[in-house]
Order: sequence, then structure tokens, then C-alpha cells
Amino acid sequence: MLGELILKTIIIVVVVNTVLAFGGFLTWVERKQSAVMQDRIGANRASILGLRLWGLFHILSDGIKMFAKEEFIPRTDHRKLFLVAPFIAWFFALMGFAVIPFSNTLHVAGYELSLQIANPQIGILFAFAMMGMTIYGLVLGGWASNNNYALLGAMRGAAQMISYEIALAAAVVGPLIVYHTLNMQEIVLWQAKLWGGWLPLWGIVVQPLAFFLFITAGAAGTKRVPFDLPEGESEIIGFNLEYSSMRFGAFMFTDFVEKILVSCLAVTVFLGGWQVPFLTENGFVFRGETLLALSPLVIWLIQPAAFFLKVCVVIYVLMLVRWTLPRFRYDQLMHLGWKIMLPLAFANIVITGFVLLVLKA
Amino acid sequence: MEKTESQKSSKRTESAFLNFGPSHPSMHGVIRIITELEGERIVGAEVEIGYLHRCFEKACENVGWTQAFPYTDRLNYVSSLLNNVGWAMTAEKLFGVTVPERCQYLRVIVSEISRIVDHLTCIAAAAMELGALTVFLYFMKAREFLYDLIEMLTGARITVSYVRIGGVKADFPPGFEEKLRRALKEIEKIIVEVDKLLTRNRIFIDRTKGIGVLDQQRTIAYGITGPLLRAVGVPYDVRKDKPYLVYDRFDFEIPIADGGDSYSRYLVRMEEMRQSVKIIEQALENIPPGAIAVDLSGREMTGADMVETGKQGKVRDYVGAKAKVDLTLDGTDSHGASNVRLVEHREMTLPSREECYGNIEGLIANFMLVMDNWGIKPPKGEAYHAVEAANGELGFYVVSDGTGKPMRARCRGPCFFPMATLHEMLIGDMVADIIPAFGSINMIAGELDR
Repeated sequence: MLGELILKTIIIVVVVNTVLAFGGFLTWVERKQSAVMQDRIGANRASILGLRLWGLFHILSDGIKMFAKEEFIPRTDHRKLFLVAPFIAWFFALMGFAVIPFSNTLHVAGYELSLQIANPQIGILFAFAMMGMTIYGLVLGGWASNNNYALLGAMRGAAQMISYEIALAAAVVGPLIVYHTLNMQEIVLWQAKLWGGWLPLWGIVVQPLAFFLFITAGAAGTKRVPFDLPEGESEIIGFNLEYSSMRFGAFMFTDFVEKILVSCLAVTVFLGGWQVPFLTENGFVFRGETLLALSPLVIWLIQPAAFFLKVCVVIYVLMLVRWTLPRFRYDQLMHLGWKIMLPLAFANIVITGFVLLVLKA
Repeated sequence: MEKTESQKSSKRTESAFLNFGPSHPSMHGVIRIITELEGERIVGAEVEIGYLHRCFEKACENVGWTQAFPYTDRLNYVSSLLNNVGWAMTAEKLFGVTVPERCQYLRVIVSEISRIVDHLTCIAAAAMELGALTVFLYFMKAREFLYDLIEMLTGARITVSYVRIGGVKADFPPGFEEKLRRALKEIEKIIVEVDKLLTRNRIFIDRTKGIGVLDQQRTIAYGITGPLLRAVGVPYDVRKDKPYLVYDRFDFEIPIADGGDSYSRYLVRMEEMRQSVKIIEQALENIPPGAIAVDLSGREMTGADMVETGKQGKVRDYVGAKAKVDLTLDGTDSHGASNVRLVEHREMTLPSREECYGNIEGLIANFMLVMDNWGIKPPKGEAYHAVEAANGELGFYVVSDGTGKPMRARCRGPCFFPMATLHEMLIGDMVADIIPAFGSINMIAGELDR
């Protein structure tokens, strides 16, 4: 019991810190990637003793800057809400990671070792619930700011999140019908199958439409361009208008954490999770022929690496989109969400159910 | 104001007021729009201008004709060369001077460079405010090529003061033409790139089509010119309809679009940049050698001489008209005057450096001529001259009473007129539509508020 407690604590610490570190790293990636796309150099000035490391120290300098800046709190009737709002968003965004399976289960000395904090049967629902909760931070922050712009931003944020959470959830129903489970680990395990002996039967292969719906709705849910209306810095400045110092930083950071969360969900449900094609418990096997035998521990270590790589790819795609497209207008966003994506997601569910029925028969 | 849906219904709702600017990221710090909102829909708008009023006209009336050039730089500070040309040509019209052909070509080239710079800035800023930051930086890169060239030619990037009454400040520096041709190639490539990113981009079309609409009748009624007028299908362009400089020698077209919305204005601007590139290329082909400014006595002079005489302040004799001769200089019969070697038309031209430094009479002559109110003196009269600036017809109206300062100077800033209609464009649209509608006007406060 105690051993399990220690083990879980270690896993929690590892997962949370990895996510936070990766979130910080993403701030640098975002800057550099946009710089590459826009023929710029990007952040490269922060240095420690003349060592620049391609601007990696900007992560550090940003953090110090955020903490060191003066914090301005506007006159508002909801001071407590104002103070706590950014951390509500942050907290729930991090909670989502509790059910993400980063690796397979390894049985060592009677312990089940898995880089997954919790594995409830309703795993994916829990993740969605937590993602939906992040909107509370945004709305409370916008409301408590006592500012029309912030309120508009918060209202947009709330409406957008609700619309796209529905599309997001509806998009996942198709795959879930196929997998026949809500358990995250089982979802990943299902995707180990090979189709015709060579094509990994990942979610994206089984449910391509659902994948695109999920990525689009996910981008909208995390307020990425072209869906960054709650911020819309050139029109209503955003729900975080009145925030400064680290509370502003917390909002910004939540965005990055949410982005990782959506990418993790996309990888888990559609891109095979920690699965590596042809990697079985004996090593790389192709058409029954062992190409490379590996020890279980090595395999167990490759899996999180594969997961990480896939998450990077998804985030890269999201960033490409972010630096290419202009922003939607509020009503156009709603139109897209309710009149295009939701019907498509429902159609996907119906077709999936129909096809499965036919295949069964 | 007509009653909106919610006002008609029995449930009483109140509209919210939202103040945009002047301290708002897309109001450039110089415009204030007070909007009345119902949800996110605008039911009323009030546009406030004047935050950058600098008394341009009065300032011009208080300095000499040449000293007004730095003020014109600050009108539309994105395309200051065009304003320079406008002011110089108005003054020349008053004088009745025709500048040498090479100078005219130079002016055409710098004008078109400025036009491209202006359109690049306009589209870039509008796209950025719609969230397309990459487009912004692509166009800023393109603009940088042109600003480098402007710097090479004039020595400054924004406030250039390059054009002079009767000429321009300097000829092409060595290697300029080659560099310009290369820059134009690059810019054409970047325009194609942005064309691919925006023109058929579904989101961009959704955001700009049907936004900020002003129909043909209203556009003409408000006196709007430039891309906004051409975007409602009226092919009016000063360069074609009332050709100045050597614009009638070039083969170029005036792009028009219909719709009168942000999107068609964007299309017009994109095409105008291509046409400007075409004009510059033709001008570079055909530019004749020769002087770049008229001499003081009406002769033509080379660039090097121009710079030299400019330093001496020889700016008087553009018309060949005789200026008043001061009494101090009149006493040629005074003691020692026979020792003075006076130049032929001493009342019009400055004495040479040797004379200026060599004897007191020459020094006095120099002093009197460069002194306030003794510079260029046009004949009495009035003149209006318009050039096609990036935003439309940029006109200057001046009245001269024969002294060294304009008695009255008036500027027709092209973006003042569309700004007067902005509230009309906005009503019925959503809050987010303020951005593309406002962006498509290409409001430059320096020119708007003057």
C-alpha cells in the first residue's frame, strides 16, 4: 500500500513536471517556429555567461520576468475571484493529464508500473470534464475584471468552449464505438492491431473524419488561431486584459498546457498512443518475423518516447495552422461549430454504427 | 436610428456602450470609436478624430516654401515621397516652372515606390489585425527592401524631404537601379506568396467580404477617391484622368472591383502594387540622362551642382522673375563698391563662395537672400494641384501674396473622406468587423488630422 502510494506520488511528480517543463519549452518552440515561418531569427538574446543555446534561456527569463513584474489588480467587487481565476484554469488543465496513459503497464516485482496517474474506466470522460472546467477560470477572470472588453472576451470564450466541447465529444464517439471502451489504456491497446499485416490500425485510419473534427475542435477548445476569439488581441484585447504579472503568465501557460492536453488526447485516441508500429512485447515483428528483439524494459522506455514524438507532431501541426490563418469572426465560429462540425460528427457516429452493424452481420 | 429587433420586442433591453480607442491596439492610438452594442452587433457608432492634429496648414503658412517639405513628410508618413511631390508640384504650378525630364522620371519612380510601400503597409496591418501575423511579416520584409532603397536615395527612411521645388535632391546613387530591379522582383514574389495566403483563403474572405460596405453613390457623394472609389467600380485615378509628370507615357491599368467592401479594396490594392511595379520598370527603361533640377536662372543643372548650390541656398530664380532688391544692396555707388565683383543677377542669385567670404557686400547679399522671407518668392496667385497618393487624390491648394511664405495652404488629405463614412460602414456589423472595415480605409492619422 505504502509502496504504491510512493510509486504514484513519483509518477504524479514526474508527469506534472514533465508537462510544465514541456509547456515552458513550447513557448520557445512557438517563438522559433513562427520565426522560421516568417523569415525572422526569433528570440536569441537571453544568455547566461555568454551562452545562448539558440535562445533557450528565454524560457527562464520569461519566467523571472513574469514573477518580477508589478502586479496590478483593478478595482473590482470580485477581488478574490479575480485573484484565483487564473489558477482555476491552470489546475483543471493539469488535472486532465491524470488519465493520459504515457506508457504500457510493466509488471515488476508485483507492482504494476505504468506512466499513468489513474486509470479509471471512464478515463476519456474525465479528461473532457477537466478540459471543460478550464473555462471557469476564463469566465471568472473576465467577469471579475470589471471591464467590458474582458467580459466580452469571457462571454465569447464560454460560448466557444461549450460549442466546441460538444463537437469535440461527438467527434470521439465514433472511435469509442469502434474501441468499445472508455478506458484510456484499453483504447491504446486496441490500436495495436495491424490491418492486412502492415497498416497499424490507429484511430486515424479507422476514423479519419473524426480525427480532423477532433483536431479542429481541439484547436478551437484551446483558443488557438484561427479560433482565438476570447483573446482576439486586435479587437477586444481579451479576457485577460486586466491581468498582469504571473497571473497573466498563468493564463498564457494554461493555454500551452491545454494545447499539450488536446495533443495528448488526440494521440491517445487517434494516433495509437504509446504504440510503435510493429513493436510487440518481443521487439519489432513484421509479418511474424522478428526483426529486432528487445528486452521488456527497453520497450517500456521506447513507448513514452514514441508518445512524446507524436505529441510533438500534433503540436507542430497546430502551430503551422496558427501562423498561417487569420482569425474567424464570432458568428462564423458559431456557424462552423454548430452547423458544420456538429452535424458532421453526428453523421460520423451514425455511419460508424451502421458499418459496425453490417460488419457484425 | 431605426429600431432594432430587440428594441421592438416587448422585453426591454439596453444596449451597451463600448469605447474603442484611442488607446486600443487597432486604433493606432489616434482614433476613438464609441460603439453602441447589442450583443456583439453594432447599432451605433461615433468616430472621433483629431488626436494627431499638428496645424499642418498653419505651420506651412509660417515657414518658407521650401521649409514646408519636412511638414509634408509627416502627412502620410508611410509614403512621404508622394506628399513631397504633391507640394513641390503645387509650388511649381504657381511659379510656372517645368522640371527637367529626368527629374520627372525620378519623381514618378519614387512616387510608385511610395505607393507600393503604402499598400504593403495597409494590407499587412489589416491582415495582422485579423490574426494573420505571418502575412504582416512577409510584407514588412518586402517593405524593408523599399525602405532600404529610399534610404539609399534620400538618406532617410521615413521623413525624407527628398523633393525640391524645381527638382529633386539627388540623382540615383551608383548601383541603385540594379538594386531596385532586384527588389521589385523580390516584392513580386512576396505579393504572389501573400496572394496565395489570403486571396482565396476562406476565413479571410469570410472576414472581409461584405464588411465595411459603402455603395457607389455614397462613395462618390462623400468625395472619396483612391482604392475605395475604385473598389466600387469607378476607374478614377489622377494619374490617368489628369496626367501629371510623365504618367501618360507609361502603359498601366487602373484596377477596379465591385462590391465596395473590405475584400474588394484589398484586391484593388494588390493589383495596384503590381501596376506600380510595372510603371517603375518602364520608367527605369526609359529614364533619360540629364539634369535633375532646374537651375536658379532657369537653366538645367546636374545633380552635383544642385547639391552644391543648394548648400549655398541658391533657391530663388526658378521663375526668372526679378525679386525686390533690398536697399542695402542697392548702394552700389557707395564707397568701396567698385572693389566688389558682383555677379550678373545679384538680386536673384547668391554670390559665389569666394565673394561671400571675400568682401562685405557679397556677404550681405548672401545673408539677405538666405534670410527669412527672402528665399523663394512666387508671383501672386493661387494654385491647386493634385497627385494620386496611395489613399487617393492628395491635393494642395496654395495662395501666394508674393512673399516668401504661402499666404494660405490647404491640404486635401485623401483618407479624411472615408473616415467621415466609417460610422456608416460599421452599423449593422459586429464588433470584430470594425477591424477589417477600419483597416481597409488605410487611415493614416498624419494625413487625416494634419
